[in-house]
Amino acid sequence: MVRAGKCAAVLAAASVISLPAWSQEADIRRLREEIRELREAYERRIEALEKRLREAEARTAPAPVPQAEGPRAFNPEISLILQGTLARSSRDPETYEITGFAPSGGEVGPPRRGFSLAESELVVSANVDPYFSGKLVAALTPENEVEVEEAYFRTLALGGGFTLKGGRFLSGIGYLNEIHPHAWDFQDAPLPYRAFLGGRLGDDGLQLRWVAPTRIFVELGAEAARGRGFPSTDRPRHGAAAWSLFGRLGGDLGASTAWRAGLSYLRASARDRAFTDHDSLDNDVTQSFSGRSRLWIADFVLKWAPDGNPRATNFKLQGEYFRRHETGTLTYDDTPVLRFGAVFTDAYSSRQSGWYLQAVYQFMPRWRLGYRHDRLDYGSVYNAIVANGLGPTAADFPLLMTRHNPTRRTAMIDWSPSEYSRLRLQLASDRSRFGLADRQALVQYIHSIGPHGAHRF
Amino acid sequence: MRALIAVLLGLAAGPAAAALEVFACTPEWAALARELGGERVSVYEATSARQDPHRIEARPALLARARRADLLVCTGAELEAGWLPLLQRESGNPRIQSGRPGYFEAAAYVELLEKPAALDRSLGDIHAAGNPHIHLDPRNLLKVADALARRLAELSPKDAVYFESRHRDFSSRMREAIARWEREAAPLRGVPVVTHHRHSSYLLAWLGIKQVADLEPLPGVEPSVAHLAKVVEQLRTEPARMVLRVPYQSPRPSEWVVGRVPGMRAVELPFTVGGSERAKDLFGLFDDTLARLLAAVRG
Repeated sequence: MVRAGKCAAVLAAASVISLPAWSQEADIRRLREEIRELREAYERRIEALEKRLREAEARTAPAPVPQAEGPRAFNPEISLILQGTLARSSRDPETYEITGFAPSGGEVGPPRRGFSLAESELVVSANVDPYFSGKLVAALTPENEVEVEEAYFRTLALGGGFTLKGGRFLSGIGYLNEIHPHAWDFQDAPLPYRAFLGGRLGDDGLQLRWVAPTRIFVELGAEAARGRGFPSTDRPRHGAAAWSLFGRLGGDLGASTAWRAGLSYLRASARDRAFTDHDSLDNDVTQSFSGRSRLWIADFVLKWAPDGNPRATNFKLQGEYFRRHETGTLTYDDTPVLRFGAVFTDAYSSRQSGWYLQAVYQFMPRWRLGYRHDRLDYGSVYNAIVANGLGPTAADFPLLMTRHNPTRRTAMIDWSPSEYSRLRLQLASDRSRFGLADRQALVQYIHSIGPHGAHRF
Repeated sequence: MRALIAVLLGLAAGPAAAALEVFACTPEWAALARELGGERVSVYEATSARQDPHRIEARPALLARARRADLLVCTGAELEAGWLPLLQRESGNPRIQSGRPGYFEAAAYVELLEKPAALDRSLGDIHAAGNPHIHLDPRNLLKVADALARRLAELSPKDAVYFESRHRDFSSRMREAIARWEREAAPLRGVPVVTHHRHSSYLLAWLGIKQVADLEPLPGVEPSVAHLAKVVEQLRTEPARMVLRVPYQSPRPSEWVVGRVPGMRAVELPFTVGGSERAKDLFGLFDDTLARLLAAVRG
């Protein structure tokens, strides 16, 4: 508007100079001088007007003072998970075993009878600087110990879809492995996790992940780890004892359904992975495995909610298939017993598998129902000590050489008064032990305190 | 294998590779980004009007989109706290981390209402920063638009002039519309209403509508029959004209109350762009919201 006025003024001045007939140079100079003065005067006025306009605009709409963008409640964010159970079981949880499968040494049995506190999880996390974020998950066990479950850094600025994680962390293999127990849909881990990963796999090492720049979700990851626990054994060595690879695909099927499917591979090495069994005369004997363990996992999860709004009702279907191949040597040591009084070491290999399938349905706000079926397949086991027929027989390896396909059926109903609290009733019929059914019932509470934790898909 | 790579690369390329990729957490910010960015941005809407923005899962499709995004446009004030941090962390995309230009929080540019005096979860699912549903006061949209236009220009300086001219155009249309809506909404001033969750506090504050009760006993806590009965009791002595709800909420609690209090109406507001047939953009959102409120008042 103001600029248009200025142009008009200059044009008017131009028309004034074009009209006169006299063309004396002095007059032209004078006219030019006048035009210049006129132009300068106008420019000064325009500037003044524009300045007033800017000031007026600034007064009517004060420039908003941007507040900090990002989480600002606490730095670092601290949250605490409180959990406990009231349990009953028809078999003593102390005698729990998965017959046909080498014990993983993890805490995989059902909870103790009666009231018992489960691990309390303390989670502290924050961005370290613009390049890294850090997280600590400490478990305060009911035995008054502190365990570092996870303590890792993660890169923020690597770019290209890459993220590097280092420290102690839950491995990215499978679906359930990376999810903390308080976010599980059942109180305990499915049988394949118990038998093949000792509950779940957490290790010290490095993880590199890459998300592809595609519309469909594609993620690839690789890990190198110390091999701190089952299926590896911890020992001083350079380099990594456990390697894993995983890949996932995921996306939406319309507005209501989302899915993810993955394939993982874990390669671990064990040396003198020992456990205690009892021979045919009920003497305690030590057996140990040394060799290579390879595990494949195929997993999928499908979530449905009407219009993608899980608030009132939603449904989740999840399943994983495990396949393990172990090759190496088995050592049978009954020297303290003096039955054979010797140490036998010979070739051993096994191909075993397992799967679980579970469905959870939220049928109304706050209330969910779930059912899970787990199964392990004994598969094939070659034990050269038994095959040689010179010493112990299959009856002296009740854990490894009993052909048994453990199964378990679990049902649960839970009630969540808010996002932060949950109360669950779970019933299970557990046939992990050969020939014995264990009927379990438990009530579990889960409470979380602190900032809203973001949950994984 | 080669075919798979070709397919993946094909998917990666997408139709509008040159445009700025905007990941909008909620439909209103997607609509605003489209208003300001025109064809120079490609906008992905992470949630729909039928989804509760508090309860979104960081599903794989969102992760894949966050990985490609140049700019996240979200509400902030902890509205997306249950899912957005996970997308930022897991996407391997440094551009969208908090504090970077590619992370835009609308709530940082407006004055928030209902800042809690005490931070205690026994008071419900409260947001420490205040009520995050800021977009239902269109004057807030002007402020957010100012900041978002600057941010778009910062991220794509070659398009700065284009964004600025669209911003001017949007702001002047919005200012005119606000004046018109304020005239039209005169009969709503002082009208008592009941809400189901505090999703419309900014709308009510803007139009001078009076909220007398909430169907939720505490923010984020589902209405219980006991609480609804209490609300009905209160409404017998302190009547209200309508119960307001939004598309992602169950109609049952508001219908239950309306069925017990004569002369009251249950009104479903579009809440955000896409929440109703008419709410196709930000202007349609307010046109339809006002039309529904006025229809209920005229009875």
